[in-house]
Amino acid sequence: MTLPEGTPEKLPGPAAPAERTWEARPDQHPVSPTFDELTRRRAKEVIARYPVARSALLPLLHLVQSVEGYVSQDGIRFCAEQLELTTAEVSAVATFYTMYKRTPCGEHLVSVCTNTLCAALGGDAIYRSLGEALGEPGRPLGHEETAGEPGSPGSITLEHAECLAACDLAPVLQVNYEYYDNQTPESAVALVEALRRGEKPPPTRGAPLTDLRTVELELAGFTDDETVAAAAVAGPSAAPESLRGTALAAERGWAAPALPDEPPALPPLPEK
Amino acid sequence: MSAPDTTPDTLTPVLTRRWSEERSWTLETYERTGGYRALRTALAAHPDQLITLVKDSGLRGRGGAGFPTGMKWSFMPQGAEGPGAKPKYLVVNADEGEPGTCKDIPTMMADPHSLIEGCIITSYAIRANFCAIYVRGEALHPIRRVRAAVAEAYAQGYLGKDVLGSGFDLDIVVHAGAGAYICGEETALLDSLEGRRGQPRLKPPFPATAGLYASPTVVNNVETIASVPFIVAGGSDWFRTMGSEKSPGPKIYSVSGHVERPGQYEAPMGTTLRTLLELAGGMKDGIPLKFWTPGGSSTPMFTAEHLDVPLDFEGAAGAGSMLGTTAVQVFNETVSVPWAVMKWTEFYKHESCGKCTPCREGTYWLVQILERMVHGEGTPEDVETMLDVCDNILGRSFCALGDGATSPITSAIKYFRQEFLDLIAEQPAVARPEQLADVERADGTELSGVSA
Repeated sequence: MTLPEGTPEKLPGPAAPAERTWEARPDQHPVSPTFDELTRRRAKEVIARYPVARSALLPLLHLVQSVEGYVSQDGIRFCAEQLELTTAEVSAVATFYTMYKRTPCGEHLVSVCTNTLCAALGGDAIYRSLGEALGEPGRPLGHEETAGEPGSPGSITLEHAECLAACDLAPVLQVNYEYYDNQTPESAVALVEALRRGEKPPPTRGAPLTDLRTVELELAGFTDDETVAAAAVAGPSAAPESLRGTALAAERGWAAPALPDEPPALPPLPEK
Repeated sequence: MSAPDTTPDTLTPVLTRRWSEERSWTLETYERTGGYRALRTALAAHPDQLITLVKDSGLRGRGGAGFPTGMKWSFMPQGAEGPGAKPKYLVVNADEGEPGTCKDIPTMMADPHSLIEGCIITSYAIRANFCAIYVRGEALHPIRRVRAAVAEAYAQGYLGKDVLGSGFDLDIVVHAGAGAYICGEETALLDSLEGRRGQPRLKPPFPATAGLYASPTVVNNVETIASVPFIVAGGSDWFRTMGSEKSPGPKIYSVSGHVERPGQYEAPMGTTLRTLLELAGGMKDGIPLKFWTPGGSSTPMFTAEHLDVPLDFEGAAGAGSMLGTTAVQVFNETVSVPWAVMKWTEFYKHESCGKCTPCREGTYWLVQILERMVHGEGTPEDVETMLDVCDNILGRSFCALGDGATSPITSAIKYFRQEFLDLIAEQPAVARPEQLADVERADGTELSGVSA
């Protein structure tokens, strides 16, 4: 490139600026140190399960919730960084789904089904009783409010839930997504009082009760050790109520037409 | 035991048969009771033979819509070129959440391997090498059981590379949802599985041409897929010994509510409520039946007039409802219809994804009207206003959630209009609404679904 005549090509340029170092502002740090090496490794593992990385977003949000007990702004940034998304894209997803909590939760999450059928059988009364049992006199605990310091032992977040798909066992509630079937206001209040004392009454069907954060880790696809994993699959095959049909059929000698000993020949290959 | 050409027994446990076995969810129990034999038969066949078999069986989707399963599979483009050359996917819809529906969760709890075997056969038939089972997140224990079953199947060579030496590869991922009823809608489920907000897509294109990652995809319900191994093992004629010509096979009827013995009753398609009530020990405490849903809250309600409607796809539709998921919710005379409808409408309002204006706004306004009415501030115009709002939702949204939201209201007004009018009429004739804030109902009772 030729320069026009008189261009101050050779003139001394402006003095180089003095060396300055820029310290990253703490709040601009890409990811909170809350998410340690193990969590990062787990995140990579989740992403590797899917043909397309973004499919890992829902499990990743469960993962960050397992670390912090809720989906914090840091958690949003962590997911965004892992998947090369913007924080806005991750927030849009996190706020869509009921199970991602945006404020710190209790050690336990108690979800009471108040959909029509459970409510008609006592679900509304259960929810009301729990609100009163967990709240202050004259001020019952509301939806998604927490009794006790969030995260502390015995703290409980209460919510009313939509149909929990256990209608033959109504009214039902869940603690950390473990089912407690055929509840009454009295049994439910006794349950949360036990939880407040630090006890962990076993669910009707399912694994021994843990806490919300452990369960969130499981939902992301991880169990911490083999003993826990074995316990997690234990429990009955089904609730007794779910077996009433098969039991009645056995009692009355009813059965489906017998399957043939050998599978019948498959239909011929269709002509193109 | 019935011969093929006679009437089948009243209950025909097929899918539910293993549930009462000791440790029914384990591979050991599954194989001991005949499991994974159908897979060997299937892998020895040409995939198109399996598609023909399922077409011949007449199996229809068990997730609510009743679309013929074999036909859905045959819509997948195949071949080495064009759309057939794209990767293909099987996605299992295990996002069970339709109020009243509780059949897939016990299936996954008690017999997860029947689902896994169905997934492998289906994936082989449609030439998919990746399958995702999308389970609602609140179904924690079923998720564990299905994951454990997947791990056992990998260890046994039923999954992974070169399944049983057939040259067919398949990976299965069990994906936990995060609490959104709308993700039970197949295209919303696909968006959710892609890591997005679960909002339905405009159809067409249907998932068979542009589904997961815009590739050809089959989305089937748990009960549908779990039926597949039995169809391979028994053949289409065996499957058709149960049910009717157009709705063949056994079906899990989930009976809940005011009956003596709520539970899961697997019976031939076309079983009536009269029979189901007998099986479930009759109405609880003898209190008469008032209304019921044949297949979840999105299916228009029935009354005691409909005891003999055959509960198959044609029978339910012929009587003005839908078969849905055969979630039979039974309510007795103590339950207020406007109250029940209010509760359901609150559900639809909460679960509307917000994409389509008629559904998002319509459910919001319907809740306002119903809550006001149930709390003692109804007006004579409310019934017509609700029908008008429903008319503006029905058929005007992308997916069936909006349509479903109108079902309880329009059917309740159809059968119980007078109850709505009586509720409105008995309200205090004072200026509303603020003066009514503290007014008790005249008889001092609280209006709710719970009997006093």
